[in-house]
Amino acid sequence: MGKRRSVYLSFLLGPGAFWLLMFFVIPSLLVVVYSFMERSSSGGVIWNFSLEAYTKLFAFDPDSLFVNDFVVIFLRSFWWAILTTVACLLIGYPLAFYIAQQKPFTRTVMLFMVMIPFWTNFLVRTYAWKFILNNNGLINTFLSELSLPRVPLINTPTAVLIGLVYGSLPFMVLPLYASIEKFDYTLVEAGQDLGANYFRIFTRVFLPLTMPGVAAGCILVFIPAVGQYVVPTILGGGKVSMLGNLLAQQFGAALNWPFGSAIAVIFMILLMAGVLIYFTVEREEEAI
Amino acid sequence: MPTVNVELRNVTKRFGDFVAVDNVSLQIHEGEFFSLLGPSGCGKTTNLRMIAGFELPSEGEIYLKGHPVGQLPPFKRNVNTVFQNYALFPHMTVAENVGFGLEMKKLSKSEINQRVNETLDLVRLPNLGSRKPRQLSGGQQQRVALARAIVNRPDVLLLDEPLSALDLKLRKTMQFELKELQRQLGITFIFVTHDQEESMTMSDRIAVMDHGHVLQVGAPTDIYEQPNSRFVADFIGETNFLPCKVTGRENGLATVVVGDKIKLQAACEPNVAAGDEASLIIRPEKINIHTEQQSNGQNHTVLPGEIVEKVYIGTDTRFAVKLMDGSVVNVRHQNMSMNDPVTQVNNNETVFVSWQTAAARVLTS
Repeated sequence: MGKRRSVYLSFLLGPGAFWLLMFFVIPSLLVVVYSFMERSSSGGVIWNFSLEAYTKLFAFDPDSLFVNDFVVIFLRSFWWAILTTVACLLIGYPLAFYIAQQKPFTRTVMLFMVMIPFWTNFLVRTYAWKFILNNNGLINTFLSELSLPRVPLINTPTAVLIGLVYGSLPFMVLPLYASIEKFDYTLVEAGQDLGANYFRIFTRVFLPLTMPGVAAGCILVFIPAVGQYVVPTILGGGKVSMLGNLLAQQFGAALNWPFGSAIAVIFMILLMAGVLIYFTVEREEEAI
Repeated sequence: MPTVNVELRNVTKRFGDFVAVDNVSLQIHEGEFFSLLGPSGCGKTTNLRMIAGFELPSEGEIYLKGHPVGQLPPFKRNVNTVFQNYALFPHMTVAENVGFGLEMKKLSKSEINQRVNETLDLVRLPNLGSRKPRQLSGGQQQRVALARAIVNRPDVLLLDEPLSALDLKLRKTMQFELKELQRQLGITFIFVTHDQEESMTMSDRIAVMDHGHVLQVGAPTDIYEQPNSRFVADFIGETNFLPCKVTGRENGLATVVVGDKIKLQAACEPNVAAGDEASLIIRPEKINIHTEQQSNGQNHTVLPGEIVEKVYIGTDTRFAVKLMDGSVVNVRHQNMSMNDPVTQVNNNETVFVSWQTAAARVLTS
């Protein structure tokens, strides 16, 4: 029995485990190891243990806004990811709610429309936004046709946020839809029956029961948004840089692999801590 | 005259072209256990939902303690519902579920706690307040749903097939408990069910519904002993139907011919007249079987017949007896003693069936 069971398990888990080992576990460990090595000015690392990367990352710089410019980029990335997540939630929740109320056919069509953007490369779609937000782009052309002043959009934080929200919205809508769609509407009647108006039913019944969707959507939006590279590069023009840009810079132009690795390690630790806290809280609630 | 608690006056509910409730008028008395009984799709649940406020009547008005409430939303009516699937809030504890209505009324925490605990005691669920609904059995969930409704002291409690998800034994217990609880609280209960036995055992009065109409309203005995239509007679209990033709009527009794041979008398509704095509109905337990010819006494109908089927079921023996005209009546004979000659008769033997004249009824609708 033991043998059959192990054959069965390796058949089911083998391919996935192999994939994760080769393309996730080993590269991640490599990044951790690199972060403790010495920089080689020609790229790569010199195999000598060094804490240089980490001391650089946390070195105090009196000219910087907060600790040093790297920490500022960390904070900015997290702040923008939070703004993106909140904006996606505010747009996505009503949208998911509306879709879930429709007849099955309309529902399928609308969900399909939410997913259609995935058919086009994200880079191409982000370039399309550049043409919309440009100084001579769609919006500004329209404004000048109406004899209104042009607004600078491209290469501003606003443009980056628009791009981030645009790219992340489906990842918020789909899990929200899944949990709203499962909601049992007799609970709304039960709430009304017990004297609750629509507002209180929403806050006491509907929202708490669709919270798993909110949480899943927020995680799916927040984590990729923190590390976004394409959007701040194309719509921020490199002026407004996020973690992704900083990382790319270290492995590219700056040729400082240990420092880039250190940034990646700290970034991973922060995100993993966040997700762990979330799952612990979730599990405790489950257990009650 | 009892006080009227809930009144439906000429209430109609349409869903598109479908008429779910058709011009229904009902008066439900204060403190009464009232059942809406009928097959699925008869409009009983729609009626209940209109009283609760989940549906608004297309026509007519609903009065609660004399005040029109037909167009009010549910949260403005002092009415509570026990839902068929209980509809407990899964993310709240039992105590939070039960206290929800009081919380909406903005009562103080201590008063909510006190009333929640009292009510949980009342439905015999003490010490379960901190559990989540999914940690409870079906019967316990049922009690929580009940507690959540009665804790608000509603003018009327609506119950939408609340026992249908429970197994038979638990259901019997809950029937008894519900009835007991209603007696203790004195709250008007409106109970929707398709189970005729359930409604008979629990109700003070029953309204039998079919296709959006109320066919008959009355106490269980009225409904069972004097059904006013074939539907009611058929839906409640077991009945023999014999097609017949009315030839005359006097002193409240109709004279009918069954087939073309059997002429007899039976009780009838006032609207029955000579010449009507009708049904003679007689309950199986009201028919006696004899092995010897009985004298055709006053107020008795006696007919010869032949046993075509005999089934022993313990308390009773069920016979199918073929009458002279070929129609078959089912008879329930109670097994008082196995020395009783009736229990010894076999198929194809000739017997005599008899019943009290007034026990049979002639119905035209």
